[in-house]
Amino acid sequence: MRLRNPFGRKPKEFPSHLWTQCPNCAEMLFNKQLARNLNVCTKCGHHFKLGAAERVELLADAKSWTEMDADMVSSDPLGFVDSKPYPDRIAAAQAKSGHKDAVLTGDATLAGIPVALAVMDFEFMGGSMGSVVGEKITRAAERALAERKALVIVAASGGARMQEGTIALMQLAKTVAAVSRLDEAGLPFVSVLADPTTGGVLASFASLGDLVLAEPGALIGFSGARVTSETIGEKLPKGYQRAEFQLQHGFVDQVVPRAQLKERIAFFLNAFRIAGQDMRWSL
Amino acid sequence: MARNIAPPHALDLIGRVFDHFQELHGDRGFRDDPAVVGGIGELSGRPVMIVGQQKGASTEENIARNFGMPHPEGYRKAMRLYRLAEKFHLPLITLVDTPGADPRPEAEERGQGEAIAKSIQVMTRLATPVVVVVIGEGGSGGALALGVGDVVLALENATYSVISPEGCAAILWRSATEAERAAQAMKLAGPDLLETGVVDALIKEPDAGAHTDHDATGAAIKTALVAEIDRISRVPIADLLSLRYERFRAFGTIVEPGGGQAPATPAPWWRRALRNPLRRERS
Repeated sequence: MRLRNPFGRKPKEFPSHLWTQCPNCAEMLFNKQLARNLNVCTKCGHHFKLGAAERVELLADAKSWTEMDADMVSSDPLGFVDSKPYPDRIAAAQAKSGHKDAVLTGDATLAGIPVALAVMDFEFMGGSMGSVVGEKITRAAERALAERKALVIVAASGGARMQEGTIALMQLAKTVAAVSRLDEAGLPFVSVLADPTTGGVLASFASLGDLVLAEPGALIGFSGARVTSETIGEKLPKGYQRAEFQLQHGFVDQVVPRAQLKERIAFFLNAFRIAGQDMRWSL
Repeated sequence: MARNIAPPHALDLIGRVFDHFQELHGDRGFRDDPAVVGGIGELSGRPVMIVGQQKGASTEENIARNFGMPHPEGYRKAMRLYRLAEKFHLPLITLVDTPGADPRPEAEERGQGEAIAKSIQVMTRLATPVVVVVIGEGGSGGALALGVGDVVLALENATYSVISPEGCAAILWRSATEAERAAQAMKLAGPDLLETGVVDALIKEPDAGAHTDHDATGAAIKTALVAEIDRISRVPIADLLSLRYERFRAFGTIVEPGGGQAPATPAPWWRRALRNPLRRERS
């Protein structure tokens, strides 16, 4: 029989490192089970955020993923200091996430179809787009163009990275110009909007996919809800700027549950391949 | 300085720089956005298309002009005029002066993010010479939607930033009163923009500032525009487009310690165990 210290603390029923509460239905979810279910609540289907590495695993075929530009880091063009210097912020985010910046890019096959894949990571400084994100996405688009294959980008970002100032703003034009070249060359670009896709990322490449798919419940909008509610001085309705709101207003083609995302993208890419009779973009 | 009481706004300058200006209205989809003005005029005898963001001089006018904050239909009107310029080979001149795109729910419902993204896209591949002049405040993506050109000029005291100083302060310092500090940190003034290459040249204002003498400011802008349009009109359109791509492609401050190579994956444990420690490693 085990002895128990009568003065010790009672073990918690739901220790926080093992359990997560669903913000939508308040169900307690066992972390391992949640991860196995692609970070989707098993009870109500609420989509939690998904890390970039897990997202790559979800979309890329097993062993097909080759990461590119993995060591690219940003310098500090402005010498920017708010409550702490920008390089310190980057270092902290790198230590926390294990990535060098807020996007993973690489080549992979998606259900057998070769694609250039870029996946943003909201955990890294809010997924903000600075020089590195802009450059990596531009290179992914240029690689897709050179190898005549499809581009798939999963956006998850608060917008442009303020710490890089106007240089960060210029990344909007840079990425837009790069994905536009795919459009001119008749190559498909599928943009997936994960939670959240806002600001400068929505106002650049993320809106320009031949198809724009969104994850259920993802926050999608140009202006932050806080700025908006301060400007108009009233509270915003429930569901404002969510994926379903954008679907209703005509800026998203489909809201696709995470479990079906891969097969849905594959379906569209296959359809596009057949439609262009001479298989212009196939290898 | 960008927020002085009576600085020249777009229409004040258009009247002084161009002859026979005829304003054109409407996006052909929803309505005519008064925050964006555009039309055809003559620049020392040569017909050109002009599109600008319009603020008001008085409170009433500012309310009518929505403080120079365009709605999506404003950007769609701009795009319509860009395409018109392209079709008839008119050089395009844009005048940037906005605190940012309108953040209200109705703008969001009509796709503010998509409108800005598309507008940037149209400008990146518009087959006609494009000159951008930042005449006051270049606020974020809402300004960049008019800001992609072969040459980007700015008045000496104009600013161009990724987010308004107030917005930056609210997010990073959690207090809007730190706006002055944020403005310093973001380096959004003329000389800084020149240094980063966001702006190609500054236009000298009258000694006491543009707001003191609209005529002299107009004359300075006219001189600069005539020279630039004359210069870039000689460049073949295909070259101009690739130069424009390269101009924006070059923005970014990245460092690649490994020259873009992904770090080699470590050999599996059994291979490391089998390795003969006496044999010299071939590198």
